[in-house]
Amino acid sequence: MPAHLAGDGVVVFFTQNVPQSGKGTTVAAESQRTEEESVEVREEPSENGAVASADGEHLVDLYKKMILIRIFEEACQRGFRQGKIGGYLHVYIGQEAVATGFLDAFKEGDKVITAYRDHPHALLLGSDPKAVMAELYGKGTGLVKGKGGSMHLFDVERGFMGGYGIVGGHIPLGLGFAYAMRYQQTDHITQLYLGDGSMHNGAFHEAANMSGLWGKDGMNPCLFIIENNQYGMGTSVARSTAMTDLAAKFDAYGIENEKVDGMDIEAVLEVAHRATQRVRETGRPYAVEALTYRTVPHGAADFFEKYRTKDEVKKWRERDPIGLLEHKLLERDVLDEESLEEIKGEMKETIDEVVRFANESEEPPIEELYSDVYAGQDEYLGEE
Amino acid sequence: MPEKTYREALREAMTQEMESDESVVLMGEDIGVYGGTHLITDGLIDRFGPKRVIDTPIAEGGFTGAAIGMAMMGMRPVVEMMTWNFSFLASDQIIQNAAKVRYFSGGQVEVPLVIRGPNGGGVQLSAQHTHSLENMYGHFPGLKVVSPVTPHDVKGMMLTAIRDPNPVIFLEAGALYGTKGEVPEGDNAVPFGKARIAREGDDVTLISYGRQVNLCLRVADRLEEEDDVSAEVIDVRSIRPLDEDTLVESVKKTHRAVAVQEQWRLFGVASEVASIIQEKAFDYLDAPVIRVSGAEVPAPYARNLELAAFPSEEAVASAARQVLYQEVEA
Ligand SMILES: Cc1ncc(C[n+]2csc(CCOP(=O)(O)OP(=O)(O)O)c2C)c(N)n1
Ligand SMILES: [Mg+2]
Repeated sequence: MPAHLAGDGVVVFFTQNVPQSGKGTTVAAESQRTEEESVEVREEPSENGAVASADGEHLVDLYKKMILIRIFEEACQRGFRQGKIGGYLHVYIGQEAVATGFLDAFKEGDKVITAYRDHPHALLLGSDPKAVMAELYGKGTGLVKGKGGSMHLFDVERGFMGGYGIVGGHIPLGLGFAYAMRYQQTDHITQLYLGDGSMHNGAFHEAANMSGLWGKDGMNPCLFIIENNQYGMGTSVARSTAMTDLAAKFDAYGIENEKVDGMDIEAVLEVAHRATQRVRETGRPYAVEALTYRTVPHGAADFFEKYRTKDEVKKWRERDPIGLLEHKLLERDVLDEESLEEIKGEMKETIDEVVRFANESEEPPIEELYSDVYAGQDEYLGEE
Repeated sequence: MPEKTYREALREAMTQEMESDESVVLMGEDIGVYGGTHLITDGLIDRFGPKRVIDTPIAEGGFTGAAIGMAMMGMRPVVEMMTWNFSFLASDQIIQNAAKVRYFSGGQVEVPLVIRGPNGGGVQLSAQHTHSLENMYGHFPGLKVVSPVTPHDVKGMMLTAIRDPNPVIFLEAGALYGTKGEVPEGDNAVPFGKARIAREGDDVTLISYGRQVNLCLRVADRLEEEDDVSAEVIDVRSIRPLDEDTLVESVKKTHRAVAVQEQWRLFGVASEVASIIQEKAFDYLDAPVIRVSGAEVPAPYARNLELAAFPSEEAVASAARQVLYQEVEA
């Protein structure tokens, strides 16, 4: 399977679980579709259908992805402390199994959207880690040319429709993508990631309601993935809502839902493949609440953690998704300690190279300030 | 007089008013247990309890609307916008209810409400987290809008804001929370609608508010050193009501003015200042009023681009020289 490093330091880690074939779907554009007209999904090799459990090789592949994210983000934290990374920096440490599992079920053409905790989504979709790090370093070689920073990664070519900074603000966009993909007669879906804290905001409720409604006509293939890390900044779920069953909130909007242990990559994988297939086939939304935990402060600049105890964090560290997966790999004799260390060692070297690239890249040219304000010819209407 | 940080001065004003008036409550995201993202309200939940320091979900429209309702019932809520960037979600409530309900109820209700939080950019937060909203809120009759820059004024204006029977948009200089200055103990209420002359001078007037005032002060020093020019610096500090008299009086003396703002050039406070001056002091002007503003782009992330997007000392100095006819080209 994957040669996890390419010689020139550009990382080409993973097997792509992306089908080679083109679109195999027909969807009527009208909303009056009957049951019979529902989307016809092509036959897939079993890997892309519901997978009950992953084989060893697949798990190693996923392990490498999670290690990439972890080591990459640890380097981000260092860069922040050194003042190389500015603004806000939110890492995904402790939550890696969620995006890693769900994006395993990503198919080329699907769209992914999330909030500001967005590094793993870009990396998993295959964005060059060098470009991601350079973005965080505010360099012209960055993924979005140094214009967005950590919160606003985008890689549209790879299906990543972005990271957004306003809590809840991205949610309606995701159902817009889903509608458009049906309107354009494809079988693609949106993977829409959202935080527990974003579910008490009007945008969420308006969007969920419409998604359920449009889904009745098969026009909203949107998979809501709740990254329930149990806190929105310093406010726990229980201190944000009297009805703490986040998955069940979707009941109110006619969207079927379930929960999964977001620390266990195999559990996530199972629901990810089943749920994406279902959304793809029906054009109806579905919601999965992944229970997870952020074992680091909300943002890199936060160090006070008055809102939770050290013990609580420690308890959750014991269920660290990477640790859990290592345990499985060892227990099943898929890998031994030595090969785990080897994988981590190689990844560290890769990330050192990534950091070096970011560090040595040039700042964006000043002209970049004025480009991309408008699309079309007379882009910039101000003065320089 | 004791030296305090901007943050401490702000906290002191809220604490004093909470002590003397039971109807004052605080409300916002993570202001209690967490201590406030910018630590403005740190410790207040221990002192006043969770009924008066209300942690809310991330629901700006909802809690701002609820605060308006409380205010209509005679309470005096002080709502924290974690940053003003999130107030767009609450702007429907602020504009459609807070600003107008007194008017469209024929004067039957009042809305003694303060909405406060850090405004403006400068710390690489990029497009969605960098706004200066004084012009947006300053546009609406029914709202009062202030933007204090010194620890003295932030305390004094917060006292006035809480006591005011109207909704007050309180725009803090977020980048300056840690800066120190003299702050009197007790009641130093600063009236709205009165600008502050931050530095006296005779040759040119630099007009601004918020953290740009400090920039103008630096430029004034530089003009004195390099050009032997005496610049007056006016801190507008109250955007609505706006103190037209102080602006006009200064220009009658100096005959030249530059208006500096972090926000975008078009339809901004500096445009308002320029038009007031030309309406009321046209005959005294020796040069057109020049605006120095942020670049007409959403805020970028990269440090070098962000620096280029905001008014710089160079840009302000060169505008001053332009109105002084020492340079023809800006
Ligand atoms: C509308 C809005 N209000 C407040 C904030 C500040 N803020 C940034 S992240 C965050 C917590 C969000 O929590 P959650 O949705 O659970 O996501 P998590 O950070 O846990 O991944 C808050 C309050 C914001 N970005 N947008
Ligand atoms: Mg959360």
